[in-house]
Amino acid sequence: MAVDRSRLPAPGDPPAYQFPPILRRTLASGLRVWTVEHRAVPLISLLVLVKRGASADPSGEEGLAAIVGDLLDEGCGDLDALELHEALGRIGAQLETEVGSDATLLGLTVLSRFAERGVGLVASMTRDPRLDVRDFERVRDLRLNRLVQIRDMPPALADRAFTELVYGAHPYGHLAIGSESGLRTMAIDSVRAFHAAAYVPANVTVIAAGDATHDGLAALVERAFGDWTATAAPIADDAALAAPPAPSTRLAVLHRAGAAQSELRIGHMSVARNHPDYLQLLVLNMVLGGQFVSRINMNLREDKGYTYGARTGFEARRGPGPFLLQASVQSEATADAIRESIGEIAAIRGDRAVTRAELETGRAALTLGYPRNFETAEQLARAAAQMALHELPDDYYTTFVPRVLAIDEQTVTRAAARHLDPARLLTVVVGDRERVDSALVPLELGEPLDLGVPA
Amino acid sequence: MNIPFIHRTLDNGLDVLVHEDHNCPIVAVNVWYHVGSKNEVPGRTGFAHLFEHLMFEGSEHYDHGYFQPLQQAGASLNGSTNADRTNYWEVVPSSALELALWMESDRMGYLLPALTDAKFNNQRDVVLNERRQNYENRPYGLAGMAIVSELYPPDHPYHWLTIGAAEDLRAAHLDDVRAFFQRYYHPRNASIALAGAVDADAALRQVEDYFGSLPAGVEPHDVDPPVPAARTAETRLLLEDRVELPRLYLAWHSPSLFAQDDAELDLAADVLAGGKTSRLYRALVYDQRVATEVAASQNSRELCGYFQVVATAAPGRSLAELETSISEEMDRVCADGPTPAEIERGIAQAEAHFISRLQTVGGFGGKSDQLNAYHVFLGDASFFDRDLARYRNADAAGITRAATRWLRRQARVSLSVVPLGKPELALTGSMPVAVS
Repeated sequence: MAVDRSRLPAPGDPPAYQFPPILRRTLASGLRVWTVEHRAVPLISLLVLVKRGASADPSGEEGLAAIVGDLLDEGCGDLDALELHEALGRIGAQLETEVGSDATLLGLTVLSRFAERGVGLVASMTRDPRLDVRDFERVRDLRLNRLVQIRDMPPALADRAFTELVYGAHPYGHLAIGSESGLRTMAIDSVRAFHAAAYVPANVTVIAAGDATHDGLAALVERAFGDWTATAAPIADDAALAAPPAPSTRLAVLHRAGAAQSELRIGHMSVARNHPDYLQLLVLNMVLGGQFVSRINMNLREDKGYTYGARTGFEARRGPGPFLLQASVQSEATADAIRESIGEIAAIRGDRAVTRAELETGRAALTLGYPRNFETAEQLARAAAQMALHELPDDYYTTFVPRVLAIDEQTVTRAAARHLDPARLLTVVVGDRERVDSALVPLELGEPLDLGVPA
Repeated sequence: MNIPFIHRTLDNGLDVLVHEDHNCPIVAVNVWYHVGSKNEVPGRTGFAHLFEHLMFEGSEHYDHGYFQPLQQAGASLNGSTNADRTNYWEVVPSSALELALWMESDRMGYLLPALTDAKFNNQRDVVLNERRQNYENRPYGLAGMAIVSELYPPDHPYHWLTIGAAEDLRAAHLDDVRAFFQRYYHPRNASIALAGAVDADAALRQVEDYFGSLPAGVEPHDVDPPVPAARTAETRLLLEDRVELPRLYLAWHSPSLFAQDDAELDLAADVLAGGKTSRLYRALVYDQRVATEVAASQNSRELCGYFQVVATAAPGRSLAELETSISEEMDRVCADGPTPAEIERGIAQAEAHFISRLQTVGGFGGKSDQLNAYHVFLGDASFFDRDLARYRNADAAGITRAATRWLRRQARVSLSVVPLGKPELALTGSMPVAVS
């Protein structure tokens, strides 16, 4: 066949894809057990979703949820830390812990022939961690060391400064790692109290996905978690959190002498994950800065060469989350990159409305690209965890594509006008003040707030 | 356990590998060019990677950027360059396979007519910013450069990192791009693997349709530098960086990818620093608390490898303390070998790792990438199970022998990375090294 190179071949109709069923059970204890079959590879992925994260840190003890998360694999039941890891290693299990604002996730992927043992160990870590004072002190020291190292990490510094400025004294106003004073203040009693209050069946969803039947997966979980009866008083839900007041600052600079680039964060408070406009915002984000061909990356990288890449996102939280642009740009281009970024955010609200072609490209990423998000057991388990955390409707994944396809370009532009506000944008720069300060003046973002040097 | 596939070599020399997997209605297209930074010459380092960027800027018959039509079709796509090879991949809905083949074949055959000064200059700026972001502006980001520049002599192609030197990137010309394309970017120096929801025979015919008419090109000569001389005296280097905590790197020459002792050293790395039960984690982080983190790795590449141990000092602790503890633990492994429990754990983890690699068809490390790796480096894409067997068959005696042979104290390069203005925190006798 001679290739026709005069035009691109048009893709055929998208192949049918059906998100696999998630079977939901709730035990008498209130523990939710969700299962997803995925028979492609002999692996099981288990996720324990605890609906408590860094937002539940007591004031003055910032970092507590993360310390509790860190201590889960430092010994449980009859096993000390080394014995536990010995046991995990013998079955080749991959373990990970993530502590976010709203939740803590403990995940395990294991060969299906070792699933019984793996799930048993995860259950023990969740229910019965040792929370020994010596382990606590050791783990806390490691966290304190990490905080010291962050002083040299521009992305972490920028995230922290933006979070603190945009949220202020709000439960979301600190990173999960917390603060030095918070870590030094907390004691083992706080750790144990946090675990006792948060890690109870009523707050937990266990998701098992992989190479077994729904019944087989559920039985696996129930054997390990079925007799867990702990209870605790209900704790305030992040979904009830109000938005913080808008910060008065529009520009803040953290000085890093001799920095090779400026690390930028530009954004403002936006909506919670369960806001009715959220899907519109997903499409908007794809057009604005959510993929390579989006406006901001094409401008800052492919047109100007200021950066290796720029991206935006609407952060999904149970309470109000920020809209945020992130980029690391050449120092000399700092002011121009900020000007172009704010210009793009302003223009998409109407001056340069979303076009049909942009809409189609943006929707394609979400719809045509949809099935590849669900190739592995772990991806399916994570999708289920999102559903559990944000209380998405049961048909969320099966109706996602048609709902996105029902969004048109005018709707997206209107969503931009409603949810993006250039006048409220806060810009954080982590870079060399001497190389960027004077160029920032013409941006007319007011006197920059001086964040000093990393500490 | 394996990745079943069909293989055909087209008349122009292009190798085609196709694996069917109908788990998800997607297909991965993965193209390897057997060229990397080891094919560069001093003065033009970083070029293979800069070239990779230009492959995304459009080709003769579609000159509006590489990403647009593919993202519009729901694709995920990327590319990467290392010392030995450059890879490009798309994961598309199975209905968009032809589009991906059209795009990949157009840039394989017709890149140069679309090349302009403006694209070249723009992508050079992007790469310089990539270098700033990932190396210059990152704590400890220049350590790797310091290590390879000592481990390998200046005329050895592993003497520099793939990102290259900033001044070399600035010195690069458009003419260099043309010469590089003609030499390395043609079917005879490439291999394409498809994996996913396709009919293998039909997909193979489609590949032939799109790529079969491209001119073959001349197979480039293998890069075959002299084996670096064995190191007989420890070298100690010092690098001041914008870091809070000193960090110690120890590096040794080690076997190349798939060579004798390669898997054994991988397992030795696991015994030393894989997880919390490992020797070094336990001694340095858990018991003595002199380090905040420790890692070990066997970095095997086509020509030769290097083994590395990295540990960061806890506040107030010295690199000398770290060095003493690491050396003691390594001596112990060499003297007594790993325990049966350590072997069992290492093999269980290797098996789990291999099986988890079967979960995805595309992207970095997916099945299509693995088929190309085995094919390009070994000429045998069916190597998956024999690769796993290298680990399953490893034993304590083999690991001990490999560690004893390669990881001798006098053969190592040490690098102390210390906070600016505090050279006294380095191991004694360390010589300052200049990298930027």
